Amino acid sequence: MKKFDKDRLVLAVAAPVLAVVGALVVTALVLLATGKEPFTAFHVMIDYGSKTDSQVYILNKATTYYLAGLAVAVGFRMNLFNIGVDGQYRLAAFFAAAAGGAMSIPGVIQIPVIILTAMVVGALWAAIAGVLKVTRGVSEVISTIMLNSLAGIVIGYFLRDGRLGVTDKEANMISTKPLPSSSHLFNFTTSTDPVFGFIVFAVLAGVIYWFVLSRTRFGFDLRAVGRSESAAEASGVSVKKMVVTSMLISGAMAGLVGMPTLLNQSYEYGTDFPTGIGFTGIAVALLGRNNPIGIGVGALLWAFLERASNGLEFEGYDKEIVGVIQGVIVLAVVIAYELVRRYGITRQQRQVGAELAAAARSGKGPGSGDGTGRGPESGPDDKQEVTA
Amino acid sequence: MRRVSKIIAAGVVSAALGLSVTACGSSSSSDSGKDKGVGIAYDVGGRGDHSFNDSAARGMDKAVKEFKIGSKEQTASNGETESDREQRLDLLAGGGYNPVVAVGFTYGDSVTKIAKKYPKTTFGIVDSVVDAPNVDSMVFATEQSSYLAGVAAALKTKTNKVGFIGGVHNTLIGTFDAGFAQGVKDTKPSVQVVRQYLYETDTKGFNDPTSAQGKAQGMLDSGVDVIYTAAGLSGDGSIQAVASKPGAWAIGVDSDQYQDPALAKYKDHILTSAIKNVDVATYDLIKSVHDGKPKTGTNTYNLANNGVSLSTSGGFISDIQSQLDAAKQKIVSGTIKVSSTP
Repeated sequence: MKKFDKDRLVLAVAAPVLAVVGALVVTALVLLATGKEPFTAFHVMIDYGSKTDSQVYILNKATTYYLAGLAVAVGFRMNLFNIGVDGQYRLAAFFAAAAGGAMSIPGVIQIPVIILTAMVVGALWAAIAGVLKVTRGVSEVISTIMLNSLAGIVIGYFLRDGRLGVTDKEANMISTKPLPSSSHLFNFTTSTDPVFGFIVFAVLAGVIYWFVLSRTRFGFDLRAVGRSESAAEASGVSVKKMVVTSMLISGAMAGLVGMPTLLNQSYEYGTDFPTGIGFTGIAVALLGRNNPIGIGVGALLWAFLERASNGLEFEGYDKEIVGVIQGVIVLAVVIAYELVRRYGITRQQRQVGAELAAAARSGKGPGSGDGTGRGPESGPDDKQEVTA
Repeated sequence: MRRVSKIIAAGVVSAALGLSVTACGSSSSSDSGKDKGVGIAYDVGGRGDHSFNDSAARGMDKAVKEFKIGSKEQTASNGETESDREQRLDLLAGGGYNPVVAVGFTYGDSVTKIAKKYPKTTFGIVDSVVDAPNVDSMVFATEQSSYLAGVAAALKTKTNKVGFIGGVHNTLIGTFDAGFAQGVKDTKPSVQVVRQYLYETDTKGFNDPTSAQGKAQGMLDSGVDVIYTAAGLSGDGSIQAVASKPGAWAIGVDSDQYQDPALAKYKDHILTSAIKNVDVATYDLIKSVHDGKPKTGTNTYNLANNGVSLSTSGGFISDIQSQLDAAKQKIVSGTIKVSSTP
């Protein structure tokens, strides 16, 4: 019996819509408080953000954010808070860039080697936190934050003349040796700037994420541990092994975060390599509720807001307003989902109660005629998975 | 519900794609050709950093007032990418602003690219050299002014320990570090120089006063009594820490920080500032464009042409002025060669 449940559809849409509307209302109030007219600002954002070159920018930025979101989401699904994506991707991109600059073999081989180097470095750096957690009981939140800082210091140490760095004295820049042109990844040409070819890999990563988590035994174990460690342990899952493995996967995914920039834009790791994307990834994963498509929407929204901030500044608004919008959206999403979840549970309990009462009245066992198998024990659904 | 949410998400994505197709064809930056005045792109910290960016802002304000031209300001944020910077310059040049001044060496690559796109617009780049016919590369011999700061620090310290705090451990800040250390050593070899950097590579180092405050506090606790901070807006934090310790001196950077109203509370602790006259360079460029003879090529600002200097406001260094003048003379005449790498 596959009845289309209208109420459930409404519930699913309610949370994100509530969040975005809430964020817009708060932002409008902030704009009013600063003495600016909010609707013109929103108009500027939409108008500017939908231009051709803005779209290219948004797609390119979202590619990076999407990968960061996935990396964080792998941890979230396991109830692990990997704040270290930031350090992992920077260290990974740095060593990948250094390795790529030192080699000059055909791009068909070299590009995969660069990507693999990044994934391995990211995974190893993340594994430190995983191993510390299972052997010494160190919270991954603390260790990954410290590892972020350490990653910066390690890069700073190697990014010097005579080590792995090359100084451009006139430009005051220091960077790794540039990748040979054969290792520049393909681009999609548009009428303005090109769209990063790495977007293909990002989509692929999303598909793999979805498949592994929801269609494999491993993914099931991972989600089981995320929901209840003791229950998973009791059913024969080695929690320690899962913690280390998922940190490895999260780190490997984080290793990909710097790749669009490295292989499609900068071709070197210098002092101007973007930082802080790991933290954006946390926000994006929260927004997307760890769902591969949701993360994609979150990444696009984030990139759009950042693009729009440039337009706002040009029109004389404070660009910080976009920071306010972003912050409020994350808060609103968390609150909205919680509200909707609670409402959903109450509603389900009421339904089940009604079903039981009906069954009792007709003298039959509960749910015997219901092919969906939906009952009190099946729990709400995936939407309520614990995030942070 | 999962299935349903996927259907919705797919709907949203396809709707977004549909929208994006309809908006195709128009670009956010198109050459409008009109002369709207100066466009300026700041480094992180932006106007109000009491230091580097503010110096450029002063130069622009002066020119805007004098020539009665328009202006547009844009500011970099922490952790941006190359495309953000290109975009910013593109907006300004495309919006009809001429000249377009890029404040900070991080704009090097973006100026190279965007200057090619708008050959009729004059660009200015601070702290970097861009080889293009329509670019004015403004470089500053900051090691020379830092040398003088080192001389002042060596003469003023009572504990024989002075400190240097750099925002980011890069080549540019290295010139401040090198000049300062050399100035101290040449004046009083027994004085120890403690050097610390806020961040290894992250440009956030120019925008993080709390971190500078912590570093300065640590130095003060270990007996350092003169601290020279080259870290843009972060310098505020260091000056604040120094001001809380009687007898300690802060040396400001880029702007004359003694004169800054926002730092007025602490000005009795600001010994002097190693000034980098980005304002002069910015003003010169705007003026040259206004006069129809755009300044281009590499222009070096040093002690000899007063492009860098040591401020005297507050009068705290008037007792050692003769020694400072002597040192300055030796640098100008070439007797002293100041190294630009630590």
